[in-house]
Amino acid sequence: MAVTPVAPARPAPRVADPDRRRRRRSATSRRHLTFVLLAGPNIALILAFIYFPLASNVYYSLLDWRLGARTADVVGLANYVELFTSSRGFDVWRVTLIFTLATVVGSMVLGLLVALVLDRNLPGKTFARTAVFAPYVLSGVGVGLIWLFIFDPRIGLLGHVLRALGQSSPNWFIDPTLALVMVIVVYVWKNLGYCAVVYLAGLQSIPKDLLEAAQLDGAGPVRQLFSVKLPLLGPTVFFLSVTCILSSMQAFDILRIMTPTGNGTNTIIFEIFLQSFGAYQRAGYSAALAVVLFVVLFVVTAVQLRYVERKVHYR
Amino acid sequence: MSTVTRTTSAATSRDADGAPGTPSTTGPAPAPTQPEWRRAFRRENVVATLVGGYLPLVIAVLIIAAPLVWMLIASFKPASEIVTPDPTLWPQDPTSANYALVADRVPLARVFLNSVVVTAVGAGIKVLLAITTAYALVFVRVPGRNAIFLGILVALMVPPEAAMLPNYLTISALGGRDTLWGIVLPGLGTAFGTFLLRQQFRALPLELVEAAELDGAGHWRRLWSIVAPVSLPAIVTVALVTVVNEWNNFLWPLVIIDSPENMTLPVGLNLLRSIESQTGAYGVLMAGAVLVIVPVLLVFALLQRHIVAGLTQGAVK
Repeated sequence: MAVTPVAPARPAPRVADPDRRRRRRSATSRRHLTFVLLAGPNIALILAFIYFPLASNVYYSLLDWRLGARTADVVGLANYVELFTSSRGFDVWRVTLIFTLATVVGSMVLGLLVALVLDRNLPGKTFARTAVFAPYVLSGVGVGLIWLFIFDPRIGLLGHVLRALGQSSPNWFIDPTLALVMVIVVYVWKNLGYCAVVYLAGLQSIPKDLLEAAQLDGAGPVRQLFSVKLPLLGPTVFFLSVTCILSSMQAFDILRIMTPTGNGTNTIIFEIFLQSFGAYQRAGYSAALAVVLFVVLFVVTAVQLRYVERKVHYR
Repeated sequence: MSTVTRTTSAATSRDADGAPGTPSTTGPAPAPTQPEWRRAFRRENVVATLVGGYLPLVIAVLIIAAPLVWMLIASFKPASEIVTPDPTLWPQDPTSANYALVADRVPLARVFLNSVVVTAVGAGIKVLLAITTAYALVFVRVPGRNAIFLGILVALMVPPEAAMLPNYLTISALGGRDTLWGIVLPGLGTAFGTFLLRQQFRALPLELVEAAELDGAGHWRRLWSIVAPVSLPAIVTVALVTVVNEWNNFLWPLVIIDSPENMTLPVGLNLLRSIESQTGAYGVLMAGAVLVIVPVLLVFALLQRHIVAGLTQGAVK
């Protein structure tokens, strides 16, 4: 039986057919048009309000320029030099470093403790997990107001508790060191639930037979934690430290509400705000700070992305 | 642990994303799973469960919840019960005067409405743009789209604060200072949502879209009748995270808004704080905090699974 070969699914090989070529070209340009219509607005917005500012900040950072002034002097790298050599600039770095380090370590350690308890899978775990995570989604302004009341040395809840214990309440709002401690505490309170939930996901993905094997070998809960759980949590710990560094370095709401003048709490973000929109109006210096902040955050994120790329198939 | 107990109340023992059941070693029944809570309350475990499990859990929840509860209670206390050396837990003379005072200091209805409008419009447009951009990046084959995606990825790393000053100048030049659209416009370009939805769309089976293509459906119809509906959970996650972020947004509106009637809630509360905190009128401030916190808390309580999933994105792989 003679069978005619089935026609190929693809169109016949291209011949010199001007008509088809035109159709093809118009299909291509229609595809380009579709892409531009769908993705264009977003790309334009990102260019206008993220990339363009990034570039113009670099230019502004070379100026001695008061916000709103019509003229400005080009001062080269003087703003950067000031940031790294002046005593106020040094203070910004000191406060940023302490705040970042303390909040990252604080929320990661407390978050781990909470996660280990949640990992026992007791009834009510879901409720507890939700409750602990909740502060993370709340307005930093609202949270700042609540804790302002709690830390008030005269009528705050903390003062009442301290007095009941026979202590007196220090003035958290005036002493720069105590003010920094105060905002760190509040920030850790707001963020530890995030760390706990991320740890919990890591803990629950640890194969149960590994823990059972350790148990059979006579490892108690502490030994299991340090010899099995923590090593396997390595990628989680790394991920968390990066995301926590990123968010801590961008913390602003709580600082501004609880310590409006930045007395003792002027992290780099706060200083960017104070320098350009606070009393100083030093737009050029503020732009230099913004450029440095971007570079720091970019490096941290790039390290993370590299790592994630390599470790994504870790388990 | 050799006996296998079946329970009908599985819902209390495990939640949907929860742990795999404890594998029993010698159970004769098929696929035996020991309910966690039954094990937790066996006589030999009950002390460990209470001391090592519930005690720290209750302490953690209390530390998290107490400030919020204190806020809610204090917002109903008259000033005399707040400025007192020995406060009571429950208001002796509950009053809504604090809320009236908030409305007296800032144009509360207007400010609340501003927040709702800015959140709805901002989040709505952002989610829409994220959907169309992610679709174009995944399904519309044009040269250079990977480079474009990389550009969007880098934008994700730019902290909005670093773009604040130039955006302030741009928006001022456009006449957007002290306006609601001036709050919304610079934040509309969305990298986060695009990134998340692109991942989701890439995971869709290709046949799904190809079948529609053979039926002659154009990109627009393929997007809205196939890709978007099957990706609804991911879109909801992006939407919720965006809504929460817009609602809480503080720094940019603080910079671009001057007059109280154009403020969003967080900026209005900042104003309230500068008026009231010197006088110790914390009841008023707590009422303000309730207004900005409770709506998010309610949304979170109802939809926590989506929000947590969105916010911890990247961690759980």
